[in-house]
Amino acid sequence: MYTQYIDMHSDIVISQSDSRPMYLQIMEQIKQRVAVGEWAAGEEIPSIRQLAVALRVSVITIKRAYLELEREGVIVTQQGKGSIVAPNPDLSPRLYDEEFSRHLEKVAELGELLGLSSEEIARRTREASRRMNQASRTKENV
Amino acid sequence: MNELSVQFDGVCKRYAHFALEDIHLELPTGSIMGFIGANGAGKSTTIRILMGLVHQDKGSVQVLGHPMPAEQAAAKFDIGFVSEDMRLYGAATLAWHMDFLKPIYPRWDAAYAEVLARRFDLKPEQRIKGLSHGQRVKAALLLALARRPRLLVLDEPTTGLDPVARVEVLGELMAALADEERTILFSSHNTLDVEQISDQITFIDRGRIIDSDDKETFLDRWRRLRLVLPPDVAVPHLPGVVEVGGSGRLPVLTTNCFEPAMVSVCNELGATVQAVDTMTLEEIFLANVHSRRERVTA
Repeated sequence: MYTQYIDMHSDIVISQSDSRPMYLQIMEQIKQRVAVGEWAAGEEIPSIRQLAVALRVSVITIKRAYLELEREGVIVTQQGKGSIVAPNPDLSPRLYDEEFSRHLEKVAELGELLGLSSEEIARRTREASRRMNQASRTKENV
Repeated sequence: MNELSVQFDGVCKRYAHFALEDIHLELPTGSIMGFIGANGAGKSTTIRILMGLVHQDKGSVQVLGHPMPAEQAAAKFDIGFVSEDMRLYGAATLAWHMDFLKPIYPRWDAAYAEVLARRFDLKPEQRIKGLSHGQRVKAALLLALARRPRLLVLDEPTTGLDPVARVEVLGELMAALADEERTILFSSHNTLDVEQISDQITFIDRGRIIDSDDKETFLDRWRRLRLVLPPDVAVPHLPGVVEVGGSGRLPVLTTNCFEPAMVSVCNELGATVQAVDTMTLEEIFLANVHSRRERVTA
């Protein structure tokens, strides 16, 4: 038993070239898993040590990721009983919203670097969204 | 779990050209400690004292509850030790070594030894002298792991291994810890390996421990702040700054006591924080060593 890898979780990928800390990478991928329902609400999730062995990442890193996920209400840890996905994690809108805000901040930052006014940034954003709409319409026609 | 598998208290050892000074180390049972230092920093000497191979001049060493070196025979029964100068018999096969150890160690796990041989891609009937460096390291590791020791002490286990072998070895080290009762201390100058699997990190340089903490706290404390200063504004004084680089108006501060509140402190002092960069363990190690060495020569 102890020599067995738990391969079902090894599809969580930790990238060495990603500058974010490992615990954040793990948190994000667990959240995505919960958001798409692969890890269902109320379902039992691997113990900290099991996931550490499966991902070959230190126990303390997984512990940190679980603690933060618990704080965000994504998982619930029961003393001595392991962890489950929160009964109502309500994650997908929040996840995309967070990502959207991050990208907007980046846009504002780059805009400022280029010396664009906020009107100019808004105009370019509208243009980009128009191009997106056109592209998806073309795809539907094909 | 607060039990300690390894405890060093005020350990000193002097040689003609090198001294280990006032070493304190605590390794909780069930965790992995990565021990990082440059060549000649004192990693191997510390490990030798831990194993009772070298006797300290001063200070106490407890390993698995045994005072060292007094009870080294009892302690060694439960320690698996792999170092670069492992003594395997070149003329004998791996299978011979396995049979040799089996009656000595009551917890020897023959089934696990076979699983490891397959995973490490080793042929038990092959003679040791025909093995490559990487295969020899894996063979020594197999012999240590199959004893199921409570403490694994590995001196540079991944040095000279190819990427495939490294991943296999790191995976087996993690797997050995699955039951919470085992503990690993491994030294390395490969900071990537240490960053990945360690719970505790200890830096040693020139015979002294220069920093030791759990990995998450360690990585959280260190940040590089890139600032933009308006003409008449001085570089803000922040806690824990070990290095000020960059140029006059664009200073880069490296701190080992980062707090998110530092950003607003900088803003209040008139400096703009352009970026707060996380640092890899390698960058932290280098910044740490540089700043300590500079302070000593200053």
